[in-house]
Amino acid sequence: MTAAIQTTNLCRVFGALAAVDSLTVSIERGEVFGFLGPNGAGKTTTIRMLAALIAPSAGSASVAGYKLGKDDQQIRSRVGILTESPGLYDNLSAERNLAFFGRLYRVPDLESQVDRYLKLLGLWGRRQDPAATLSRGMRQKLAIARALLHEPEILFLDEPTSGLDPEAARLVREFIAELKQAGRTIFLCTHNLEEADRLCDRVAVFNSQLVAVDTPAALRYRLFGRKVVFHLLSMQPVFKEIASAFDFVQNVQVFENKLIVTLEDPEKKNPELVRALVSAGAHIQFIGEIKRSLEDIYMQLLETNRGTEAAGDINGKNKTVVEEKHG
Amino acid sequence: MDRIMQIVRKEWAEVFRNRLVLFSVAFLPLMLTALPLVILGAVGSGGGMDEMMASDLPGEFGQVCAGLDGADCSQYFLLSQFMLMFMLIPLVIPSTIASYSIVGEKTTRTLEPILATPITTLEFLLGKSLAAFAPGVLATWLGFGVFTTGALLMGVGEAVIGRILSPLWLLAVLVVGPLLAVMSVCVAIMVSSRVRDPRVAEQISVLVILPMLGLFFGQISGLIYINEKMIIWMAAGLVVLDTGLLAFATHLFQRESILTRWK
Repeated sequence: MTAAIQTTNLCRVFGALAAVDSLTVSIERGEVFGFLGPNGAGKTTTIRMLAALIAPSAGSASVAGYKLGKDDQQIRSRVGILTESPGLYDNLSAERNLAFFGRLYRVPDLESQVDRYLKLLGLWGRRQDPAATLSRGMRQKLAIARALLHEPEILFLDEPTSGLDPEAARLVREFIAELKQAGRTIFLCTHNLEEADRLCDRVAVFNSQLVAVDTPAALRYRLFGRKVVFHLLSMQPVFKEIASAFDFVQNVQVFENKLIVTLEDPEKKNPELVRALVSAGAHIQFIGEIKRSLEDIYMQLLETNRGTEAAGDINGKNKTVVEEKHG
Repeated sequence: MDRIMQIVRKEWAEVFRNRLVLFSVAFLPLMLTALPLVILGAVGSGGGMDEMMASDLPGEFGQVCAGLDGADCSQYFLLSQFMLMFMLIPLVIPSTIASYSIVGEKTTRTLEPILATPITTLEFLLGKSLAAFAPGVLATWLGFGVFTTGALLMGVGEAVIGRILSPLWLLAVLVVGPLLAVMSVCVAIMVSSRVRDPRVAEQISVLVILPMLGLFFGQISGLIYINEKMIIWMAAGLVVLDTGLLAFATHLFQRESILTRWK
């Protein structure tokens, strides 16, 4: 089975500015792929290229099995896109907005498809109202319905919860989670890292170039390792020595009555560690894992990237792009 | 064709809910149709037609008046001054609608979702153009029909009506009118694709009427005399001009530039 999206050294230049520089990535069918990066990183440009709205300056890509630049119309009919702003016709009703776009996509059995999405997104009661009278959250949901109306193979979502109140954002997130359950391929651009962590199978950190791509868990491990915290009734210096003696332990820190151990594969190695500590007289109250947020990962990656970039500038070298794929 | 018609329907649904656009689309044909009839009525009731002698009319007009008596000739002279008005309607209405078409989509941020659909640039532009072209041409033809009927009801002689329905007028209204509408649409689409403000688009696009106003004032001042030959040349010139403008407008509409330069 071919990848849903496959890019090879995809570039887009605006004058002297390289908005997207040598993007090589493969996104599997049914995958929710988070595309993270600061403002101006080239995320929207990437979406526009992949949705066949703008042409790449160099490189190649295939989307839904079609070649970008050659089969653009085919690609456009097989992808759905939620643009940064909903872009609705204010004077037209919610229903008519959908019907108009549905006809451009030549959606079969359009009427029932429109009704289905209006109901699915909780807009049925407002279907006759002009789009201008809908709340921001409802407009966003209507735009999502529009992007899904022709049942696209791949869905591009550009900041789907941006500017929404918490309730509306939650509704949109829940709907994306439902789409994920239904096996849709989703390319999600977001600044909301918690959202990406919760929804995405893999995330890419992008800043004109690909900084890193992996599952959130793998990125966490790669950057920070896995840390287990042992809450003890009382701390003895010997406990740190015992923990440090194991080969699989990378680092041990003591903070008050807590022993913080960085180690590989805690699911397998923890019992051994626990046995040794208990034998040495430790009273373990409870054990937990310290989980770094995706925000920590993102900030760390961008900082490293900026540092490498600056060093590259000084040395006249290109920055290193870290890309790994974990099955 | 289906996608073109969808654009047309959407465009009309949007445009005709805009009261300002609706007013400008309806007001101009009404005014330009009523004005000659009102003047005809005012002059006729004052007996002015009888007093006007053929010798008062421009020399070239004498040939047109062959077979008409003095009053009929004067009536026809008066009405013929308004022929160019029926060429003004297909310039102004399409310009009003088309000038908003692209820039309006930009300002409401609806252009990107439309261009993300499988619609081709040609389908999109044809839809936009047809939506602006058709009301202008229909309003012109309707106005001309009302004008002719009104003149007949106001007691204008059959001989004069016959002249109004002569090849000269029919060519002007049925052929040159639509060709002017195509020109107006192309200019407005080009302007609308390049500017960022709907008001600027409308103000620039409406400049397309200047040559026609020049002709109108040239005619009423007696410097220009509109005859069949001139209308045929005008039609031929417009066919060439429209072909070039259509190609140029399509070339100027760069999906990418419009999306990436518009913030």
